[in-house]
Amino acid sequence: MRSWRRAVDDLGDGWRQRQLWGHLGWQDIRQRYRRSVLGPVWITISMAVTAVALGILYSGLFDIELSRFLPHVLVGFIVWAFISGCIAEGSEVFIANEGLIKHLPSPLSVHVYRLVWRQSLFFAHNMLVYLVMLLVYPQPLKWTAVYAIAAFAVLAVNGVWVALTVGIVTTRFRDILPITQSVVQLMFFLTPIVWVYDELVNSPNPEIAERARLAEFNPFLHYVEIIRRPLLGQDQVWRHWVVVLVITVVGWALTMLVLRRYRSRVSYWV
Amino acid sequence: MSVSSDDTVVPTDPIGIVTKDACVDFPIFDAKSRSLKKTVVGLVGGNVDSSRKVPVIEALRDITVTLEHGARVGLVGHNGAGKSTLLRLLSGIYEPTRGFAEVRGRVAPVFDLGVGMDPEISGLENIMIRGLFLGMTRKQMQERVDDIADFTELGDFLHMPLRTYSTGMRVRLALGVVTSIDPEILLLDEGIGAVDAAFLEKSKQRLVSLVERSGLLVFASHSDEFLRELCDTGIWMEHGRIRQQGDLEDVLRAYKGLPA
Repeated sequence: MRSWRRAVDDLGDGWRQRQLWGHLGWQDIRQRYRRSVLGPVWITISMAVTAVALGILYSGLFDIELSRFLPHVLVGFIVWAFISGCIAEGSEVFIANEGLIKHLPSPLSVHVYRLVWRQSLFFAHNMLVYLVMLLVYPQPLKWTAVYAIAAFAVLAVNGVWVALTVGIVTTRFRDILPITQSVVQLMFFLTPIVWVYDELVNSPNPEIAERARLAEFNPFLHYVEIIRRPLLGQDQVWRHWVVVLVITVVGWALTMLVLRRYRSRVSYWV
Repeated sequence: MSVSSDDTVVPTDPIGIVTKDACVDFPIFDAKSRSLKKTVVGLVGGNVDSSRKVPVIEALRDITVTLEHGARVGLVGHNGAGKSTLLRLLSGIYEPTRGFAEVRGRVAPVFDLGVGMDPEISGLENIMIRGLFLGMTRKQMQERVDDIADFTELGDFLHMPLRTYSTGMRVRLALGVVTSIDPEILLLDEGIGAVDAAFLEKSKQRLVSLVERSGLLVFASHSDEFLRELCDTGIWMEHGRIRQQGDLEDVLRAYKGLPA
């Protein structure tokens, strides 16, 4: 049955069940590394290996100092892992939980909170690599670094709406699933993670500078920037915050519409 | 719906389930109609083919029931008559496609003993997770773990991953958890088998006391004996409709085709 009340209740009731999804989120992580000696430390290690390898490769290709480029790649990659995790797993969130949805009456949001919580735990594991990096390549951190915490909160809030909407749509139209996953892969290259936006915009070649400016249309650029800048001791650029907050509001408005209209259909569709 | 696990909130409404002319229609998307392509083509072409319409299975028709605190309802009917779907409607999993349904109270559905169980983690961890799924808090489950462990008689096996368990052992574990909770609305679907006779007798007692604790019970079963033990009223489902509801003995007699 369609009503705003039920859509809002779904989010609220799901939030009240945080013992359940909190437990399940941890369980998912422990589960993945069960029977391995190092366990979840593998999350941290594989992030370190990937970021260092990409950092060395691309700093060589673009001829940028490693001490400047590696922190850029690393933080960008950590943020990207969270974003892509929320979208890619969000597109399967209800399909993967078919058994639970058909057997237990719980708010849809429970599955999404579990997902975003699990991704947040991955993020926390990955931040250890950042801390180690700070020892190797100290960054000119200022008090503005606390903005990174607010930025991550905003990122998580966005993760919830994205997973809800994408999850509901892919449950109905299964073709969206592979589309979403390829788009996420593609967006990795369009987002300044293994390349530096400022570097290209200020390129002496005006054509490259012109082309690079197109990246402003990529919403992920703004999400990455609001969290990467404070963590690398760079000044905030408020333009990025404005874009992110506008998308957050519009995204949530859209999600509430989808939730109101299709929330009760999901158990029929899975 | 107040399907909340927060036990600090005192429900203001008395528990109960009310449905009025509730229908449950399942759209059956085949591989083609479930894709975006067909919908887009259909929209652009403007030529809406009637074959484009998604076929629908009418699983439940015009279900009108009022269940209040203290109700003990037995559900009978042939396979495919809609018993399980009705339980899912009453639990709030399926909201009616047409008509009205309201569920007030914390629902503990026991349809499938295996759901929410993870083969890779230990029996003890599974007890916790299953309890959380049934709307209990961590603290409540920690208080019950010893009792459940005793009941299951699994001993040290509780520390082993669930995948090492035999089917019977899994059923013991699941039954142990399910019968330890304090539900407001208890919905039981049959299918509790694969345990040895002595254990069945033991779990029966627990089941009876679980039902006594719960505020409202709906129990789907093919066993008259079990139904008589737990229920006093009955609902007879046929082809997705309620054929008859009322006193359990009357319903059972009519269902068996015996004279009143």
